[in-house]
Amino acid sequence: MTVLSESIPSTTEHHAHPPRGHGFSRDRLETGFFTIARRVVIVLLLIITVFPFYYMFLLSIRPLGDVLRNPGALWPAEFDIGPYVEILLPVTDGGQGFGSFMLNSLILAGGTVAATLLLAIPGSYAVSRLRFFGRRQVSVLFLAVYLFPSILLAVPLFVFFTRIGLRGSLIAVIIVYISQTVAVSVYMLRNYFETIPVSLEESAALDGCSRLGTMWRISLPLAMPAIVSNGLWVFMVAWNEFLFALLFLVEDRDRWTVSLGLSQLTTGSLDVPTTVLMAACVLTTIPIILVFFVSERLLTEGLTSGAEKG
Amino acid sequence: MTMSELPGAVGAAPGSPPPGVPRKGTRPRVGAMRRSEARTGIALISPTVVIVLVVVIAPLLWSFSLAFQRIRLINLRDAGIIGEYSFDNIIAVVNYPGFLEVVLTTLTYSVLGTAGSVTLGLIAALALRRTFRGRGLVRTFMLLPYVAPMVAVAMLWRTLLDPQFGFINHWGQELFGWDDPIGFLSNSSTALATVIVFEAWRQFPFAFIFLLARLQAMPGELEEAARVDGATVSQRFRHIILPQLLPTIAVLAVLRFIWTFTSFDEIYLLTRGGAGTEVISVRVFDFLTGRGDIGLASAQAMMIAVILVVLVGIYFKFTAKRQQDFQ
Repeated sequence: MTVLSESIPSTTEHHAHPPRGHGFSRDRLETGFFTIARRVVIVLLLIITVFPFYYMFLLSIRPLGDVLRNPGALWPAEFDIGPYVEILLPVTDGGQGFGSFMLNSLILAGGTVAATLLLAIPGSYAVSRLRFFGRRQVSVLFLAVYLFPSILLAVPLFVFFTRIGLRGSLIAVIIVYISQTVAVSVYMLRNYFETIPVSLEESAALDGCSRLGTMWRISLPLAMPAIVSNGLWVFMVAWNEFLFALLFLVEDRDRWTVSLGLSQLTTGSLDVPTTVLMAACVLTTIPIILVFFVSERLLTEGLTSGAEKG
Repeated sequence: MTMSELPGAVGAAPGSPPPGVPRKGTRPRVGAMRRSEARTGIALISPTVVIVLVVVIAPLLWSFSLAFQRIRLINLRDAGIIGEYSFDNIIAVVNYPGFLEVVLTTLTYSVLGTAGSVTLGLIAALALRRTFRGRGLVRTFMLLPYVAPMVAVAMLWRTLLDPQFGFINHWGQELFGWDDPIGFLSNSSTALATVIVFEAWRQFPFAFIFLLARLQAMPGELEEAARVDGATVSQRFRHIILPQLLPTIAVLAVLRFIWTFTSFDEIYLLTRGGAGTEVISVRVFDFLTGRGDIGLASAQAMMIAVILVVLVGIYFKFTAKRQQDFQ
C-alpha cells in the first residue's frame, strides 16, 4: 500500500517534466553514477573473492624468511617448493604426512559419493515417477533434513558410535556423511527427473521394456548430467566436512582427513610455519576448485534438449 | 516389472487423465498396476528413508532423552533410553557462567552475519545483472569463497589477519598509518566483528546465486514501462525490482539465519570461541569433548533447537498472511 502511494506522485511528476532535454536531470545523473558504481563494485568483488586465494598460493611458494621480512609483497621474488615437500612427506621422513590425509579424504568422499548415489538415484526416481503411499511425506521429511543443523546430531551420534565401538572408523563417518547428503541428493535428482519427458519412458514401455529396464536404459542415461554434478556436489561436501571428522577421527592421526589435518597443523604440538600451512591449504582447496569448475559446466549443459524430436 | 503389466502402464498414463475414473473393463488391471507401482516405489525409496530415520531422526529424539539424564562419557555404558530423568542439566546449562552472553553473541553473530551475506549477495547480483564480456567467469569467481573448504579459508583468514606477519596489518600500517598492529581475532573489541565479516564473505555467494537467478527470470516490461515514464535507476530499483526480490530475500534470510545460528566450524576454526566470540554450538562441543558431559551437551544443544523453533515460529506467524498473498 505504502509503495503505491509513494510511487504515484513521483511518476506523475516525471510525466510533467520528461527527462529528455534537461541536461542535468536526475535520471542522467543516476545512470552515470550507477554505470561507474557497477564497474567499481565488480572490481572490488573480484578483489575480495580472488585475491585471498591468490595470496594463499603466493605464500605457499615463497621462502619463509622472505615472507617474514616482507608479508605485504604481491608477487614472489624467489620460489621455494620446500613447503610442499615438507607437507607431503610422511611423518617418518620428517614431513607432515598430508598425502595420507588426502588419501583418507579421497576414500571417505569416494565412499560417500558411491553410497549416496546408490541410494538417491532409485529413491529420486521413485519420488518423481511412481505413485505410492507416503510419497509427499517423504519429500517433506527430506526437505526438513536439508535444513537440519548438524550440531544437533553431534552429541547423539558421538555417543552412539562410541557405545557400539565404531567411532574412529571411516565407515562410521561415511554413514554420517550419507545421512547429511542423501536427502538433498534425492531432492535435487527428483527435480531433474521431473524435467525429463515421461513420453520417452512410455515409448520404451511400448517397445516392451520393463519398468526397471526403462529406468536403467532410458531415465538413467538422460539424467547423467544431473547425476554426475550431484555426485561432485556430494564429493565436495564430504571433502570439506569438518565437525564429524573432528569428533570421530581426531584421536588417530592415521585416520585424519585433509580438513582435520589442516586444522590440527596450527594447534600447540604441531605449529608449522606459515608457508607450510598455506601449502596445505592449497592442496586442500585445489581438488575442490577442479571439481567445482567441472560441475559448473555440466550443470549448464542440458542433454534432454531435442530428445523428443520425431 | 513384468511384461504383463505393461499394457496397463501405457493405458493408464496418457489414456485416462482423470485417475479416479478408469475406463470400464480396465479397472482390475489398473488397480493391480497401481499396487505394483506402489510396491516398486516403496522398495526404491525405503533404503533412503531408513538411513534418514536411523541416522537423523532417531538420534535427534534420543538427544532429547539424553538432555534429561545424568550421563558422562566415563559412565557411558549406562546410557540408554530408560534412566533417571531430571531437569538438572537444563538448570546447570542456564546457570553456567556466561550463558546469557553466549546466547546474545550467537544472536548478534547470526543476525548481522545473515544481513551482511544477503546484502553483499544482493549488491553482487545487481552488479552482474547485465551482460558484459567475461561475466560468466566473474560469476564463477564469485562462488569461490562459498565452495572452498572451510578449514582452508579459515586458516587463510587467520594468516591474512595475523598481527605480526599478516598482510592486512602490514598494509594497514604502511598505507593507513595504524600505530599498532590489530589483533583482529584475539582482541575482544574486534573479534566478533571480524567473524561476522568472515561469515558475510563466506556466505554471500549463496544469496548471490539465488538473487541473480531471480533477477534474470524477471520480465523486463514493467521496468521498461517505468523507465519510459521517467523513473530513475534508483526509483526503478526501489519500486519495481526490490518488491519482486523481497520473497526471495525473505527465504534466503530465514535459511541463512538457521544455518548461521547453528554453525560451528567458522567460530571454532577462527577463534576457538575466544575473545568474546563463543557461540552456543562451540559451547556444545566443549561440554561434549572438554568436560565429557553428555547430558550437559545435549541440554545445551536442545537449547539451540528450542530458540530456533521459537524464532522461526515467530517469523512465520508474522509473515503467514503475506506468504498467502504471494501464493
